[in-house]
Amino acid sequence: MSGNLLRIESLVVQFGGVCAVNGLNLEIENSEIIGLIGPNGAGKTTAFNVITGMVKPTTGKVYFLNNEITGKTAPFIARSGIARTFQNIRLYDDLTVIENVMVAAHSSVSYSFPEAILGIGRFGRDERRIRIKSMELLEMMGLERLASEKADSLPYGSQRKLEIARALALEPKLLLLDEPVAGMNPAETSDFAEFILKLRDNMTIGIGLIEHDMSFVMNVCDRMKVIDHGVEIAWGDPQHIRNNQRVIKAYLGEG
Amino acid sequence: MVKENPTRDKLLTYMAVAALLIFLWYAESHFSQYSLRIINNIGIFIVLAVSYNLINGIAGQFSLGTNAFLAVGAYTSAIFTLSPEEKIRSFIIEPMIWPLSEISLSFPLSLLLAGVVTALIALLVALPVFRVRGDYLAIVTLGFGEVVQVVANNVVSVTNGPLGIKGLAPHTNIWWSWGICIFTVYCVVRLINSSYGRAMKAVREDETAAEAMGINAFRIKTLAFTCSAFFQGVAGGLLAHLITTISPSLFTFMLTFNLLIIIVIGGLGSTTGAVLSAILITWGSEALRIVEEPFTFFGYDYSGIPGMRMVLFSIILILVMLFARRGIMGRNEFKWSVLLNRFGRQSKSEARTS
Repeated sequence: MSGNLLRIESLVVQFGGVCAVNGLNLEIENSEIIGLIGPNGAGKTTAFNVITGMVKPTTGKVYFLNNEITGKTAPFIARSGIARTFQNIRLYDDLTVIENVMVAAHSSVSYSFPEAILGIGRFGRDERRIRIKSMELLEMMGLERLASEKADSLPYGSQRKLEIARALALEPKLLLLDEPVAGMNPAETSDFAEFILKLRDNMTIGIGLIEHDMSFVMNVCDRMKVIDHGVEIAWGDPQHIRNNQRVIKAYLGEG
Repeated sequence: MVKENPTRDKLLTYMAVAALLIFLWYAESHFSQYSLRIINNIGIFIVLAVSYNLINGIAGQFSLGTNAFLAVGAYTSAIFTLSPEEKIRSFIIEPMIWPLSEISLSFPLSLLLAGVVTALIALLVALPVFRVRGDYLAIVTLGFGEVVQVVANNVVSVTNGPLGIKGLAPHTNIWWSWGICIFTVYCVVRLINSSYGRAMKAVREDETAAEAMGINAFRIKTLAFTCSAFFQGVAGGLLAHLITTISPSLFTFMLTFNLLIIIVIGGLGSTTGAVLSAILITWGSEALRIVEEPFTFFGYDYSGIPGMRMVLFSIILILVMLFARRGIMGRNEFKWSVLLNRFGRQSKSEARTS
């Protein structure tokens, strides 16, 4: 069966009378990069919100590692291995850069609340482990020198990177990126494409991404799904999508 | 530039605590009863401010229930320290119900019990409230404060009703109030610097993003609220045995309001700010008593207006809101390196000028 990492079956999401997602199917395999593209309002972010448990689907099922996760809470899904970033960056602004990453390691903490309050037992060792791990992630994203800055004082591009470092601190098996290169210049974008490919190869995680930057998507994605008004209009490798008439029509309108 | 240095900072902290203890020891034998009372009050208010800041400032959940928790703590510990004979003597309207009328515990045990009972009640409040998002906590805790007062007034066989509980032994001295004060600050600071504290801050900053990172916001908020209530309950026990008489009218909403002023002036979210501000406001409200008493100012006879202190406090609060919206400390915490750098810079500039 395909979709061993993530499988979405005939997903429908309605907000009042609006049907944001209408019968979407999606499969993501291990170490695969899947692009989810489509015009504004196509339901891409809603699909991400359903996968991560932030929106309850009207009907349809979501399976992660062949276990059904439909309707489970966001923290539960995050702990089981799906991490995400947000379209409009959502960092913990008043926390430092390293604290932002350390927050995501909370689920891996082994010390109990009394141990934390009294600073005894596993507390010291575990805190050091989290700090070292978080620092490594910051180094990976090239943010180590900003570790003690407040998150909201970072420039835009670094904030996007920090969000990814934070997501990786969850040690996810599936990483969902919502418009990761929005606002980046072409040089930054191509660096980022390289980074994504390296990430996939080194950490063997599946990646789902929403993006409007076509050349970026075509470069990094193994397969992509095009949706419009909540309905799938194309599915396949970049070459196939590039020449698909329905996709061209959805993006450019009818000629 | 002096850098952070854990060993040195730890040593300096121990020295500061030792200095504080020496000061308290000196104060105990040399200060007047009035001054000692203020020092006791400051200790208790630091406990209250630091724990109140935990839920309001750190976890970002707007609670208005401190007066209720203080009342629960005060009544719990008072009920358990009175001896059975005293209970018969003071419960004149209705005798106290049985097991309570026979039980008499030591002061420390009653304080612990006060904390535990308050925390359990806070848990009961938290369970339904934190299931929903939004500002329900403020409404519910505000109402809860009234409920506690009504209960204290009407469940006569437990609380002695409007007469209150009188003749408590004055167990609270500066060692108790400041011992618990130091313990509370230690615990809260540790908590804030642990993963649980970071999770609380993450929930305050962005609940959705916190949940997306695997943090169970419901549990973290309940934890912060219950933990805060525990310390407030203990502070209630301390307060009861300091003033030795408690009645329902003592625990009005004004108490919560004063604490709110304290943590806002200190800097919402800063434990250091809460401590500084608790000292400043508790001491200041005593020092400002002069404006309520008659005095002559450049030949003008001022007759003294009762309640003038509150007017001054309001003005101070308005000024803080206008010119220093983030309070004394903002969200910064005290660090030895910052203090040492400031001293270093001063002594250097002094050396240059001389």
